[in-house]
Amino acid sequence: MSTPTDLVGPGVRQRAGSSTRTRLTLRTIALVYLGLLVVGPVALMTYSAFADGLRPVIETLTDRAFLHALKLTLIILAIAVPLNTIFGIACAIVVVRQDFRGKRVIDSMLALPLGVSPVVVGLALILVYGARNGWVGPWFMEHGYRIIFSTPAMVLATIFVTLPFVAREVIPVLREIGTDQEQAASILGASPWQTFWMITLPAIRTGVAFGVVLTAARALGEYGAVAVVSGKLAGRTETLTLHVEERWLAFDPVAAYTTSLVLAAMAIAILVIMRRLTPKEH
Amino acid sequence: MGITVSRVSKRFADFVALDDVSVDVPDGSLTALLGPSGSGKSTLLRIIAGLETPDRGSVVISGRDVTGLAPQQRDVGFVFQHYAAFKHMTVRDNVGFGLRIRKMPKTEIRKRVDDLLALVQLDGFADRYPDQLSGGQRQRMALARALAVEPRVLLLDEPFGALDARVREELRDWLRRLHQQVHVTTVLVTHDQEEAMEVASRIVVMNHAQVVQIGTPAEIYDQPASDFVMGFVGRVNRLPGAYIRPHEVRICEPGEPGCAEAEVERFLAFGPEIRVELRLRENGQRLWAQLSATEQGMPDLTEGMVVGVDLSRARRVDEPAAAGGAR
Amino acid sequence: MLNVADRPAAATHPRNVAPAVHSFGAPLLRGAVGAWMAVIVVIPLFAVAVAAFRRGPEGFWSAISNPQTVAALGLSFGASFVVVLINIVVGTVIAWVMIRDTFPGKFVVDALIDLPFALPTIVAGLTLIALYGPKSPVGINVAYTRAGIVLALLFVTLPFVVRSVQPVLAEIDEEMEEAAFSLGAGGWTAFRLVILPNLLPAILSGAGLAFAKAIGEFGSVVLISGNIPFKTEVGAVNIFNQIENDNVAGAAAISVVLLGMSMVMLIIIAIIEQRGGRHEHAH
Repeated sequence: MSTPTDLVGPGVRQRAGSSTRTRLTLRTIALVYLGLLVVGPVALMTYSAFADGLRPVIETLTDRAFLHALKLTLIILAIAVPLNTIFGIACAIVVVRQDFRGKRVIDSMLALPLGVSPVVVGLALILVYGARNGWVGPWFMEHGYRIIFSTPAMVLATIFVTLPFVAREVIPVLREIGTDQEQAASILGASPWQTFWMITLPAIRTGVAFGVVLTAARALGEYGAVAVVSGKLAGRTETLTLHVEERWLAFDPVAAYTTSLVLAAMAIAILVIMRRLTPKEH
Repeated sequence: MGITVSRVSKRFADFVALDDVSVDVPDGSLTALLGPSGSGKSTLLRIIAGLETPDRGSVVISGRDVTGLAPQQRDVGFVFQHYAAFKHMTVRDNVGFGLRIRKMPKTEIRKRVDDLLALVQLDGFADRYPDQLSGGQRQRMALARALAVEPRVLLLDEPFGALDARVREELRDWLRRLHQQVHVTTVLVTHDQEEAMEVASRIVVMNHAQVVQIGTPAEIYDQPASDFVMGFVGRVNRLPGAYIRPHEVRICEPGEPGCAEAEVERFLAFGPEIRVELRLRENGQRLWAQLSATEQGMPDLTEGMVVGVDLSRARRVDEPAAAGGAR
Repeated sequence: MLNVADRPAAATHPRNVAPAVHSFGAPLLRGAVGAWMAVIVVIPLFAVAVAAFRRGPEGFWSAISNPQTVAALGLSFGASFVVVLINIVVGTVIAWVMIRDTFPGKFVVDALIDLPFALPTIVAGLTLIALYGPKSPVGINVAYTRAGIVLALLFVTLPFVVRSVQPVLAEIDEEMEEAAFSLGAGGWTAFRLVILPNLLPAILSGAGLAFAKAIGEFGSVVLISGNIPFKTEVGAVNIFNQIENDNVAGAAAISVVLLGMSMVMLIIIAIIEQRGGRHEHAH
């Protein structure tokens, strides 16, 4: 797995070609751009959250609506991430190790969720699972299950937008390791299932972990798709991202900023994990 | 009979890999499947192992028809060109893998692995990971791993192909000695005729998805069944419509009956071998002769002088179509 | 090449496919993967297409030719286009700095580039309002303007071009650059003639991904744009409003147009990547 970071070695030689002036100019452009676009806004938001001291921050963090949103976000995460991890590994095995008609269709389908607007994802789920006019929504409703404006739709929306991440990380790794190890194991008597657990899975574990982290990041931060299908019922179908919006529109910037910081802290934690997973050698 | 392959055919899309191939591998022998790239030898080995399924034909190992069986059920050992080391396991766990699958008690596995590591001369390396071994060590580990489950047959797919020349030669000798100790029926796939000649007791020469000759190294070398075999195994001079091995070219007096006149272009002597590069006067054809340094009655050869050459041991081309196959 | 095993070329016999090992239960696994994909992605998107044409081609046309919708889609397209152009230039510059330059704290900068990937879009929008909104401490207010939309889209698309170009640039031999310099090419000429042609596929592929992301973007835009019809309402927000007004057929029609635009982009990327791949195989 060649990720950009491991290519950024410290030992970049000073070359005759690009003059110091060019280098400094380009460095300045890059740093100023990043400063204005990312660092400034994030720093100011952090400052603003604490501008009135710690008390409002603590109040937000102990507020029932916030805690409920946190809980719902974690529940969605706990369902969507494992399901997409299993699917992603299975999908990668199917795409890399099997040969059949329609394989290319599955392969190209993996790019699809990346090109769909989150709002369209929400709309699509309403059309299928809507309680009144959806394709299967009324049937579920009759049997006592509400999908849209409820947790299941939010889980489905999250699964949709995070569908390809694990598969896309695992596919290149699986290609790279080849089939020799698996074949060696099967000749030594291992069943396909044993081969998977003892040989394949350990070999792709970094790719899987990377995919899981990406999935978690996206699931945590998904807003548009969830906004459409949630109905935004405060205290019931509000995730952390929806809570941020709701507090902001309710003229409670400190709560909005504080919740944002919680999300940002999780995002940074995820980034740190990603760095750890990136192989340093090779 | 160790392995009996009968009338096996296999094609991949529009590529015919094996075309009605039958081979017998005697019990306890060390047999080489020799042929150029794309001749079908690796496919044949993988079909014996169960890694590919034949379109037609059958495979019998030690009297048991294994054609429809999965690799797990065939009781074979397989060694891959690129080692197929389990990278996340130590040498010990690699070698013990098959035994662990067979649920052998841990203490027994430990003992057996230690014995095997001694056999392949990796005693001190049990706790290393494959990354920390050289290519030759990895391949010996792979061999130990394959032997651990006491397979009925051992299959080696270009086992030394990824190693550099010196290590390759060492491992060849080592493999031959190991085979004398272990005596398991062994099939070795190689494209290197020297390797096949040196290691194997029997050679199966393959070309274009078919078996072209089966015999001992001496038979293959001295009585090649076709021009392809002659050209592929050992060194050869190609004359118009005929072939002759360099050691079969005899230098004689110019004008001697049955001798053609040739000019000595280059004369190279080192070690026990003398190499004389010649050009025939009548048609400008170049060829070389391999002489032994101890050979008596040799005129003193110098570059530019004219000698006679006796080409009476040359063999006629009998199937011109196959001539292009050699590398 | 001496050490080639006699396996047929990959085209006739894909090396990675292992029929004998994984054939056990293979159709089952395949079926499960296909079914999961169908339930999660294919059927819902198909439902969107069906709903878009529920009232026939005329209904579809009237939904997407509504002036407010046309304005929203036009804004999405235009803003995404501008954003992609900026990304192409600045993204390449940042990638170059990350590969060829060294300065203290570079690893922090490297992490910063990934932050927009990890930060929720709604939070991104909020941070931008904090600095460039009505209460801006630096006196810049782009809230409820198209500039605000471009700013939000720049934030969420930051990593695409950088991360696409970075590995390719790292592989381009510095010696190649030096060779160009030694032949008398100045900095810019060397870049244009030697580096740029090699980077182009990566730049375009990153730009395509950025475009696909920008054209459907919702979360980061919704707060800063103010969603003023004909002025700052983007396509995704227009769809959202149609859904809120219970006009799902209209929303579906616009969705189809939006989907079409990003699909075209993804197909172009796929073609570029395939070409790039062939390049790699060639050398």
